[in-house]
Parts: sequence; C-alpha cells; structure tokens
Amino acid sequence: MADTNNNQKKPPLLQVIDLHTSFTTDKGEVQAVNGVSFTLEEGKTLGIVGESGSGKSVTAYSIMQILEQNGHITQGQILFQGEDITKYTVKQMNVFRGQKCAMIFQDPMTSLNPVYTVGNQIEEAILIHSDKSRAEAHAAALEMLELVGINDAERRIKQYPHELSGGMRQRVMIAMALASEPWILIADEPTTALDVTIQAQILELMQDLQKKLDMAIIIVTHDLGVIAQMADEIVVMYGGRICERGTADDIFYRPSHEYTKGLLRSIPNVNNMKERLIPISGTPINLLNMPKGCAFCPRCDNAMKICLEQVPPELKMPDGHFASCWMNVKDHNYVEEDTANE
Amino acid sequence: MSNTTQNEKYLVEVRDLQEHFPIKTGFFKKKLLKAVDGVNFAIKPGETLGLVGESGCGKTTVGRTLLHLYKPTGGQIFFDGNEVTEKNIYNYRKEMQMVFQDPYSSLDPRMTVEDIIGEPLDVHKLYSSKAERRDKILELMGLVGLNAEHATRYVHEFSGGQRQRIGIARALAVNPRFIVCDEPVSALDVSIQAQVINMFEELQEKLGVAYLFIAHDLLVVHHISDRIAVMYLGRIVETADADELNDNPIHPYTLSLLSAVPVPDPNTARTQQRIILEGDVPSPLSMPSGCAFRTRCRYATEQCAKECPSLTDRGNGHLVACWNK
Repeated sequence: MADTNNNQKKPPLLQVIDLHTSFTTDKGEVQAVNGVSFTLEEGKTLGIVGESGSGKSVTAYSIMQILEQNGHITQGQILFQGEDITKYTVKQMNVFRGQKCAMIFQDPMTSLNPVYTVGNQIEEAILIHSDKSRAEAHAAALEMLELVGINDAERRIKQYPHELSGGMRQRVMIAMALASEPWILIADEPTTALDVTIQAQILELMQDLQKKLDMAIIIVTHDLGVIAQMADEIVVMYGGRICERGTADDIFYRPSHEYTKGLLRSIPNVNNMKERLIPISGTPINLLNMPKGCAFCPRCDNAMKICLEQVPPELKMPDGHFASCWMNVKDHNYVEEDTANE
Repeated sequence: MSNTTQNEKYLVEVRDLQEHFPIKTGFFKKKLLKAVDGVNFAIKPGETLGLVGESGCGKTTVGRTLLHLYKPTGGQIFFDGNEVTEKNIYNYRKEMQMVFQDPYSSLDPRMTVEDIIGEPLDVHKLYSSKAERRDKILELMGLVGLNAEHATRYVHEFSGGQRQRIGIARALAVNPRFIVCDEPVSALDVSIQAQVINMFEELQEKLGVAYLFIAHDLLVVHHISDRIAVMYLGRIVETADADELNDNPIHPYTLSLLSAVPVPDPNTARTQQRIILEGDVPSPLSMPSGCAFRTRCRYATEQCAKECPSLTDRGNGHLVACWNK
C-alpha cells in the first residue's frame, strides 16, 4: 500500500491502514468502513468530509474503539507512533483514550452528564488520567476552563450543563478532552449544532489551542466551509470508501474524483450566485445495497461500464494527491508508481 | 390607519409585527418573551425574501405569526393589499402556505403520499371527481420530481430529500401565491441541498410564487434570495438586496455574521479577516435596553443603551438600524 516510504524516519503520529469496520444488524452485515487508509502527522489537521452514511464518523469511532456493541474492526491496522492499537488490551486502550487521543462530539448536551457540575466532570477526566489530588484536579479544571475562553470560570465550574449555552458546553467538552494533554483531538462534527458566530468562536479556539498545545486534530464534518478553514489534509469519503485524499488545495482546486467535483459544483459559493446550482443527482447511498463497483457510480453522470463492475484503485495524481476514480484511468491522468523501489 | 396598503405592488406586507409569549418564571410570576418585536418587511409577487439570523432570534416565529399559526400580539399583516386578521385568515390559507424544516416530523407516517398531497385539496374542495383529484396529485408530484409510482407509498420509504419534495408538493397543492419556507434544506445532506434549492428556484419561475426563505446558512440564502433581512433578537437590523448586503454590509452584526461564514475555499479562508463576536446571544427574557446588539457590539455608545435605533434608508432600499454606522 501507499504511505510506507518513511520507514527509516520516525513513524507518523497516526496511520490508518486498510481499515474495515462493519456492523452486524438484523438485515445483515453492514460494511460501514471499507478499506480506509490515511496518515496524520504531528501538529497537523486532517479533515474527513462526507455525507451521512459515508463512514466518516465510524472511522473516527474505530480509532477510539468506541463502536456500538454490534460494530467491530474486521481488518486493517491503526498505528499510533508505529504501534498497532487494534491489538491493545482494554487497559492499554483506556490509557490511549484520553491521554493520547481525545474526542469531542457533535451534541455537547447529550455528551455531558446532566446531574454533575461541569467542574466535577472535568476533574473526573483529570483524576482518571493522572495521580493528582482532588484539590490539584480542581485547580487544573479551573485552568482548563480559562484556557478554553470561559469567562468567570470560578462561577461556571459549579454550574450544571443545562445552565450553559451551546457554545459554552462545547467549550467545556473541549476543556475535558484536553485535560490530559492528548496528542490527537478527534472532533466529530464539533460545530454542527451551533450558530455561525458561535461556530467561528469554537473553530478559532480549536486552532488556537492546536498551536499552544501542539496537537494534531482530526475533524469530521459534512461542511466543506469548515473543512476549508481548518484542514491541512483532506480525506473525502463516500459509501465507506475514500474517494480522494490530499492537501486542502488539491481537493478544492484540483479535484480528481467525480464525487468531489460534483460536491464542489453543488454548493453555493461566491462565483455561482447568479447561476443555477449543479446538483448531484440521485439519492444518498444505502449501505445494505452497495453496488459492485464504485460506490458513487449510480449517481455519477460520467459512469462507464467498468465503474459498475470494478472498484477503482487508488491512483496518484500528477500533483501528488490520491484519487480512486476510473475517469483518471480513462484520461490517463495519473502517475505510475514505481513499486519496485519501496 | 386604513385597512388597505398604500403600496399595492406588494404581495405580502408586514407592519410592526409583534409576538410576545408569556413565560412562567416562578409561581404566579410571569415574564414576556418578546420573540418578535416590531418587524417590518414587504415582499413583491414572485420575489424571494431571505430571513437570516441565529437560533432564538425569532425568524421562525416571524414565519409562523405571518400565517397566523400564532396569534400576533400586535402589528398588521397585509396580503395583496388587504389586512389579514384572525377572522378572515381562512380565506388566505389557500394563498399562503408553509414548508417546514424537518421532513421527518412534518409528514404523517400513517398516510400515503397521495393522501398527504391530497389533504389540502380535500380541505379546500378543489376537485369535482375522484379522477380529477388523482390527476392533480400526479401533476403536483411530477412538478416536484416524484414518480407516479410513489403515490401509494408511505413516508418512511423516502429519503430526506424526497420527503422535502412531498412537503413542497403539499404546500403547492392549493396553488398558493406565497410560501413560507422555514429552513427547508438545513436537514438535508450537502449533495441533496442543491437539488432542493434548484427546485425552489424552478418552481418560482414556473408558478411565480413568492417565498419568505428562512435559513441560517448565509450562502444558501444569498443564492436563492432577491432581498435579505437580517434579524437579531426579535428585530430586523438590516435589509438590502442580496448582493448589496453581501458586498456592503453596514450593521456591525451583519458584518460579523458574514465574516463568520466558513467559505468553502481554502485560499479565502486563509486570508479572511474574521470579526469574532464575544459572548453569546443574550437571553430574550432579559433583553438589554436600547439596541439589543450593544452588549456584543464594539461600536456601542451611550446612545445605544438609551434608545433602540429604527431602520433608516441608506440609499437604494438598503435599510439599517444602527446609531453609529
């Protein structure tokens, strides 16, 4: 596979290789993530973008290994600094979660416990992951609240989640996630439930804290605007597979997969205000009824015979990013990789 | 004031609309939540007015009060030059319809698509025979891009985008001249949003309906609207043509709202100067005196605390409510 060219150097912070995650349901086995590979470097932001059912959240949940009871990683590796965390014991995993990698969720109201004060919940996170005393943990919690920009932290720390606004709750979630200074912060649709002005505050806060604490961020979202603002590298997902991955500029200015192209055409932007939008036709994918070939082919205007039959391979584009689309093979728009040297 | 508008060219006109909800704040204690507090706007036939603002600013309440789904506390609503009151609203139901945000909860799961779209036809007795009813339903379904074979299916068999189409067909059934669209695309996937936005635009061209398009996504609103009104805590703070508002925003709230929109373009995102607003929207139960935005505004002066600014024309129908800008 790709991404094995820096064996001698320090291994990348997080490397996902050929990840497969499936769920056992009444209607059969649902392959939510189907061969996903990407690399996250230290201090960088990786954006995973896709619509509902694309497998973007399941990928994030797989890394944290917090899947539902009926979900399991069936194949592939997740390497954290070169170590495969899918082989970790429960105890090792508990250390990984929180100290190495923390997560924030879409809805801060349902992910905070309504019967404990926010201070209590942040202190709990600190106590679990360090040998601090209660008093030290309290002081650290106060410090965290101030770090995430909550005014009047002394008062807020004694309040319950329902007393805070949506933006403030998300700040508390971030404070809790960062309490044990993780290397990686996974943010699953962190601003979807918030208003634009509050969203701008939270995104700015995340970028600020990233610089201060030098951590890597994986941001999972459906919002191309948020991705454009936050991400260094972008992974575009559809139907459990990666369509395309590369730097933000590659994806936005030189998209090489029909789905990415369609997505960018279909959103209103500064240049197409006077024109009709060009939508992607059809309906979102049903994971129980996956096509044999490319997952996107039933909705693709340029689908060819081969698209229906075979899953497209991941090819390197001339600018160095990767896309899985038969159109690139047809137009011969790719670089043949010299596999012998690797 | 007379019961007819001076300006006959407007299809819908709202004057000083108010909607106050009594809220229990304790035993025997009541407070007034001023969800909408003196809103004025007018919509021409076949025009789209976009209404934007953050959650809790009262934009949905404006839409609902406009259709008398809530009884207005004060103010006047005119349709086609005549005042709409509680007594005559039923005559106007056929003219003014609504499309709701959530296509999951706004359609009855126990009704077939045919019955859902047919219900307004039944209520208003718009057919003379069963065959005519069926023909009308199929015509409406074709109009919103649904197949005839979908007619006998139930709502749970459809995706979000298709459900929203059913909701729109239901609104169009009575041939209205005005539709309130309350966040009609925000529950849909990105790739489906464009389909539905295009459909709204095509239907407007074909049928000449006017929209009040309520949404929080400013790029979508800019795309679909002719004019845009920005709301903050129950009041409109700025109204202008869609392009004018985006190119030359004047009110400090509009400025920060526009700069907060994440633009799907990495280069713009890198160079964009953001005006990040401090703090949260104040609770509508304890509104600041004077201008409601002054607690988050960096231009706020003493005058802002004393008196609430009213909308003044800054040329070309660009209305702004601000003392300092």
